[in-house]
Amino acid sequence: MRQQAAITAKVFIQRDYSSGTMCQFQTKFPSELENRIDKQQFEETVRALNNMYAEAEKLGSQSYIEGCLACLTAYTVFLCMETHYEKVLKKIAKYIQEQNDKIYAPRGLLLTDPIERGLRVVEITIFEDRSLTR
Amino acid sequence: MKNCEYQQIDPRALSVTPLSAQNLGEKKAQSPRRKWEVFPGKNRFFCDGRLILSRQSGVLPLTMGLIVVTCGLFFAFDCPFLVKHLTIFIPVIGGVLFVFVVISLLRTSFTDPGILPRATPDEAADIERQIDTSGSSTYRPPPRTKEILINQQVVKLKYCFTCKMFRPPRTSHCSLCDNCVERFDHHCPWVGNCVGKRNYRFFYSFIISLSFLTSFIFGCVITHITLRSQEGKSLVQAIEESPARYPLCLVICFFSIWSILGLSGFHTYLVASNLTTNEDIKGSWSSKRGAEESENPYTYNSIITNCCVTLCGPMPPSTKDVLERVVHSSDFPVLCSPGTPKTTPQVLNVSSRAAPTSEPSPSVGCTQQQARQPAATALDLKQMVRLVAQCHADGES
Repeated sequence: MRQQAAITAKVFIQRDYSSGTMCQFQTKFPSELENRIDKQQFEETVRALNNMYAEAEKLGSQSYIEGCLACLTAYTVFLCMETHYEKVLKKIAKYIQEQNDKIYAPRGLLLTDPIERGLRVVEITIFEDRSLTR
Repeated sequence: MKNCEYQQIDPRALSVTPLSAQNLGEKKAQSPRRKWEVFPGKNRFFCDGRLILSRQSGVLPLTMGLIVVTCGLFFAFDCPFLVKHLTIFIPVIGGVLFVFVVISLLRTSFTDPGILPRATPDEAADIERQIDTSGSSTYRPPPRTKEILINQQVVKLKYCFTCKMFRPPRTSHCSLCDNCVERFDHHCPWVGNCVGKRNYRFFYSFIISLSFLTSFIFGCVITHITLRSQEGKSLVQAIEESPARYPLCLVICFFSIWSILGLSGFHTYLVASNLTTNEDIKGSWSSKRGAEESENPYTYNSIITNCCVTLCGPMPPSTKDVLERVVHSSDFPVLCSPGTPKTTPQVLNVSSRAAPTSEPSPSVGCTQQQARQPAATALDLKQMVRLVAQCHADGES
């Protein structure tokens, strides 16, 4: 029996601009994923991502201090220090990898880190899963 | 034994040009190319992709030249006299300001302004499918717009035909750099780059520090000439002994001081009201436009908050990933049983940046290519291994 894993389709979760230019993704469940994954599970993933991006872009005392310090050192401090945003992006990359390993890959789906698409979309690749039809 | 064939990737998703197929054989010995080497915009990259400049670098060398020459003349002619008559801090302050100006200028010029990578072919196709195109394909469809609500304000998102995507709010396409830039302010020929989300704060600190520097030099020069004329010489004689005897010098000084001060004032107003030059010029949020009441939906309605957000807010990273390597699949013989023929080449994306995780993060994605470049979807190594393992497990049972 031939086992193939072709890419059936790709779903793109677009950005949600209702609260401004902050990086948030729509939690609307796409119809192509209906028989692949739980709606709850999907929404939980997207909400977790949204929360992490909100944390990265949070306007708090930490980001202001970082900004002022950078300005005073003529922005040379970023050559040796990682910004708060970058730290959170690493956390997001780890989270996506974890979600892929535990939840999405067993169902023949694959999440792409939005940073690779310019933070515009969350790309979900749907693989044709023949093993389930045996 | 079951013949486990190589998992075919959907050929619809792959379009390999003859050039890349040809290069396949040659590429084994060569090092993989980085994304910046195949970047579709009109940009120049230095230091292996770490520094970015617009191809139209404009008059950046002239800007540097003017700053260096002016400061050089100041340190050569005015400082010795003023140090003797006033204080040693004059050249010190001048030196600090000069260093700040140069660093800000270089940061503005060589930082990615917030370029958005172009849509992958799959994404572009998906967007096209969503748009209702009932017309024939022989003519260009009307400009596509999408309306969204931001803070109860209707904002129109335009479709970018070059980048094949709907532009996020406040994003504009720069025709000189051929890129969509987030929070696009303007393309500045003096710094040779666009001014956008990521380098606006550098640009602002550049013009503010330059205003201080020019005002400081101007003040010192006036003081110098005044002191000289008080020493018994007339004012005219004092002027003739300084570089101000060259009328060109005076003209440049006069115009540059007023334009820089004016520009600083204008940008201070923009920062305080959270606007971009682009929006201000187009009058996007002017309340006098027709009968519509349109307010800036991005403002925080507080000058201090607007300033803090624009200048000291979190620094978003570059989204272009230009340091990533584009690798050809012939380097990875990870397919099923030996003897199965290798199929059409595919392009794999492997993140080669140093990551804190112990294993490479799954970077699946297409290279951001346009029609002239090979476009391919990719499978992560791990995923392919997993699928292959599944295939073997099912085959043997």
